Amino acid sequence: MSGLRVLVPIKRVLDYTLKPRINAAQTAVENSALKHSMNPFDELSIEEAVRLRERKVPIDEITVFTAGPPKSQDMLRTAMALGADKGIHVRIEKGPELEPLGVAKLLKKVVEEQKSDLVILGKQSIDDDAGQTGQMLAGLLGWPQATQASKVEITDKTVTVIKEVDGGVETVKANLPMIITTDLRLNEPRYASLPNIMKAKKKPLEKKTLEDYGLDVEPRLKTIKVTEPPPRKGGVKVDDVDGMIGKLKELGAL
Amino acid sequence: MFSVARKSVLRQARTQLRLSQPVTVPQYTSYSKLLSTLALLEQKDGKLSNSSLVAISAGTKLGGPITAFVAGSGAKSVAEEAAKVKGIEKIVYVENASYDRGLPENYAPLLIDNIKKGGYTHILAGHSAFGKNVMPRVAALLDSQMISDIIAIDSEDTFVRPIYAGNAILTVQSSDSTKLITVRGTAFPAPETDGGAAAIEEGSDPKAESPTEWVSEDLAKSDRPDLGSADKVVSGGRGLKSKEEFDRLIPPLADALGAAIGASRAAVDSGFADNSLQVGQTGKNVAPQLYLCAGISGAIQHLAGMKDSKVIAAINKDADAPIFQVADVGLVGDLFEKVPELTEKLKSQ
Repeated sequence: MSGLRVLVPIKRVLDYTLKPRINAAQTAVENSALKHSMNPFDELSIEEAVRLRERKVPIDEITVFTAGPPKSQDMLRTAMALGADKGIHVRIEKGPELEPLGVAKLLKKVVEEQKSDLVILGKQSIDDDAGQTGQMLAGLLGWPQATQASKVEITDKTVTVIKEVDGGVETVKANLPMIITTDLRLNEPRYASLPNIMKAKKKPLEKKTLEDYGLDVEPRLKTIKVTEPPPRKGGVKVDDVDGMIGKLKELGAL
Repeated sequence: MFSVARKSVLRQARTQLRLSQPVTVPQYTSYSKLLSTLALLEQKDGKLSNSSLVAISAGTKLGGPITAFVAGSGAKSVAEEAAKVKGIEKIVYVENASYDRGLPENYAPLLIDNIKKGGYTHILAGHSAFGKNVMPRVAALLDSQMISDIIAIDSEDTFVRPIYAGNAILTVQSSDSTKLITVRGTAFPAPETDGGAAAIEEGSDPKAESPTEWVSEDLAKSDRPDLGSADKVVSGGRGLKSKEEFDRLIPPLADALGAAIGASRAAVDSGFADNSLQVGQTGKNVAPQLYLCAGISGAIQHLAGMKDSKVIAAINKDADAPIFQVADVGLVGDLFEKVPELTEKLKSQ
């Protein structure tokens, strides 16, 4: 039996510790000068793919994919240092970021081209917080989906996933090929070691453009404005528990 | 700005008119004549999930007629129950146990069949685990760019949603003919669950097979109010130090207030509290009357889930903790002393 071909799509996003800056014209978030990192949920996806291989699930190849500006390539190198075998970068120089539907259409082409049979994505990217791409890809491919995974087990062609749902967890089972999206509790991503970072530089990285896939990914949503959320009024500090109860009563919260 | 306000006032007036006099033909504009909403209702074990009614509240803002949809075993009785909810014109139900678990692989074809049959322009669902799971799949199959977790509706095609963990608010206009939208539960008031009289109709059932099999579930049992919709939430963080301390201090305080229990990611990751209690960007969004937290520093990701609370109160020993920048009432002190004292004083009141 030949092994699995795993695809892990990743995204370069503003580092999770930073606050986004909204431009003066209120048309966009301007973060170009700020530190970017791999979307935290995508780190979990790579870690899971690598752990599956370490748990002796037969895996032929782990491919990492990203679509974005030239700098997103760094994220692919990081992913390869963590254990992915090769990278594909669809370079997008200008214009708006792809929407989840556009990414899903692009990924469908990549899945077909790479003959992937398992795609592991993060459950959401921490910039647009949409949480759509994995489910959309599953729909377009007609594959089963397991979202918000906190545990994944693969035996032969059957995948059992524990999912986080409102109020607890739920277990589902399906046969490959399949789409999984990762939740925070799935694993704890490792750090890349220096030797692995050096080795990753020699791993293959394919460079592509949107034209190579012949896709119409025109945005469907037009940004009207981006604004700051309403600030909260500065509160007061109280000296003791009685002060807290008094103040809460005053505010009508008790 | 004024024109937007005027439009929504007109729309509201239209809705009022339609609700009070269902026989009159309302004066729709040429655009909104086409507007028709399908609101996805959730059921569990044959019981309507009240939190999914937020789809109705949001639908009311849109202005067109609202059809509700429910599927599963016992869907007909759920439909009868939901028919009393104000604002719904019609309820379409599909009685079939295959939809009980809301598996997107067969629920998506079901929904698409009924969307096409009804010619709806707007499909609304709560931004719950179910809505998040099934709606994007439906959107992709209808070639529509879904809009997640909206907090406001500006017009028929313009919606407001938080991005970057709630640190920016994005207003987007959709050009899709069918708009799929999930709605943040805390952003719209619950509709009145009495006084409505919706017509009930059986929907079409394509009976698609699901390649995914539901195996089991393990839900945290609790007599406390539901975290997502509770009036009061008491939340604990890393400062509680252990599960024992969390269980010793937080539930009694929650009971004294009649509050739901929440937790920070740090507390959940350290095993102090169940995953389902996590409040934040990747957990639950809450907007209670009172959010009282102890031992939570107030990381961006946590604030994302609770900063729309009416009143925030915080107990933390670090006077510089970011939580104090959003707290209406802050008490700098040792939570191991202050929380029990607060619990006792609240109980004796």
